[in-house]
Amino acid sequence: MKILVCISHVPDTTSKINFTDNDTKFDTSGVQFVINPYDEFVLTRSMWFKERQGASVTVVNVGNAVTEPTLRKALAIGADDAIRVNTEPVDGMSVAKELAEIVKNGGYDLVLAGKESSDYNGQMVPGMLAALTDFNFVNGCVGMEVDGTNVTATREIDGGSETVATSLPLVVGGQKGIVEESHLRIPNMRGIMMARKKPLNVVESVSSENATSSQSFEKPAPKGAVKLVDADNVDELISLLHNEAKVI
Amino acid sequence: MTFKNIDMSVLVYASSTDGKFKKSAFEVVSYGKKVAEQLGTNVVALTINANDASELQNYGAETIVTVSNDQLSVFNAKAYASVVKQVAGAKGASIIVVDSSIDGLYLGPLVSVALNAGYVSNVVAAPSSTSPFILKRKAFSNKGFNNTEVSTENKVIGLAKNSYGVHENAVSASTESFDVAISDADFGVKSTAIEKATGKVTIADADVVVSAGRGLKGPENWGMIEELAEVLGAATACSKPVSDLGWRPHAEHVGQTGKPVASNLYIAIGISGAIQHLAGINASKVKVVINTDPEAPFFKAADYGIVGDAFEVVPQLISKLKDFKAQNS
Repeated sequence: MKILVCISHVPDTTSKINFTDNDTKFDTSGVQFVINPYDEFVLTRSMWFKERQGASVTVVNVGNAVTEPTLRKALAIGADDAIRVNTEPVDGMSVAKELAEIVKNGGYDLVLAGKESSDYNGQMVPGMLAALTDFNFVNGCVGMEVDGTNVTATREIDGGSETVATSLPLVVGGQKGIVEESHLRIPNMRGIMMARKKPLNVVESVSSENATSSQSFEKPAPKGAVKLVDADNVDELISLLHNEAKVI
Repeated sequence: MTFKNIDMSVLVYASSTDGKFKKSAFEVVSYGKKVAEQLGTNVVALTINANDASELQNYGAETIVTVSNDQLSVFNAKAYASVVKQVAGAKGASIIVVDSSIDGLYLGPLVSVALNAGYVSNVVAAPSSTSPFILKRKAFSNKGFNNTEVSTENKVIGLAKNSYGVHENAVSASTESFDVAISDADFGVKSTAIEKATGKVTIADADVVVSAGRGLKGPENWGMIEELAEVLGAATACSKPVSDLGWRPHAEHVGQTGKPVASNLYIAIGISGAIQHLAGINASKVKVVINTDPEAPFFKAADYGIVGDAFEVVPQLISKLKDFKAQNS
């Protein structure tokens, strides 16, 4: 089984967010970038497929050279090789089109991606990729097993879960549950050393017209200070929630 | 009568579960009506196996297209995307609006590719301009917004939950049923079992969410959280450490990598307010924090706060809320 794991390179959630160039660009100075937390779950699941079922694991990112440390980290966690599509990602559709090229040319059976990235939470790319490649698609996946080409997967639904039967080739948008938080792997020294020698192939992008483009950024309106209520005066809190906030 | 450009009508998919609409269906129809007004066109609402589609005319749906098909009794993203495409074609719709439920977010990208449409999800407002077509969406874990131009002729808008709001706007709708063509190829993913807790308010549907953290000291202390939630008709939720410790089920974990919350009221009890937690809940309209530590970061994010011990404050709150509910019911 050939697995492709899509890795997004995102600002750490604790980063301070600022914009430059008249609020048209995200200010990356001083921002720490990490593997998208949702992708960490599917990357760890791919390691289980590798160790238990002999799968090969390629990681891919669409981005310029600054994303390479993120791909090296994925290699250190245990992926066999990496691909970087050398272009600045513009929108979900353009990234999905780049990835569709990689999938078609690479003969992958299973594509794993976090269901969303922690920066825009858009949940666009995995579904678009599945539609562009005509692969089956399970989103919000919280568990899966592969037997030959048959796949049983569980996805989160509102208020519960749904079990589905599907088959390879398949794109999965995964989340916590596909492995648990405690299963997540962090690179060890041996992994980091080995990652340096693993192939990281840079491929050029397939140019396409962008369907959407960023015009500007905004910050939310500054929030007023918290209104503190005395601990032995919960009546006041109830009154504020009823009369002022009008939420009860 | 004003001229309406019916070549570019707005198609809203109003989702239903077991035949019933949720608030999000009324919100997307309200939103679709607004966008249609901006463009001088009609809004068409699509329902699949809904019991009473006529409810949608209260929110501005001038045309309601009903699809009834046993093969579509359980949500299937690919098949539903095919339905949306067929109806969009038949009604000449160039703008499609879907909600941000779990199923809506599954559906959106498939519709986008099927219609060769630019897609923007987590949209929080009506277009600030229709030419160019500009949408405001959430960015950077809700710490900012991005104004995005959609330049394709067809457009798919994923509306963030509880962002535009439900707006009553009664019209008299024409309702028509639509026969869809469904093929086996649409069912490459087949539902084999569904497990759902019954009788509980889900975090996604709840207007009020009561959430608790490690400050509760142990799972045996959740009785008062559940009681508070019951009094408020709220869903219960928890912080990540609490679900990691196994005190509460993972399904209750809210925050980044857990469930997102966009309720009207979010009450955080014994939760310090780590950035990852706030990233998942800060779309809620009003936030209340109860915490012993006045330095807890949650106080900076909250609208109302009580510095105090949950074990003293929460029982009082339950008792006073019961009185309040008795007086106001």
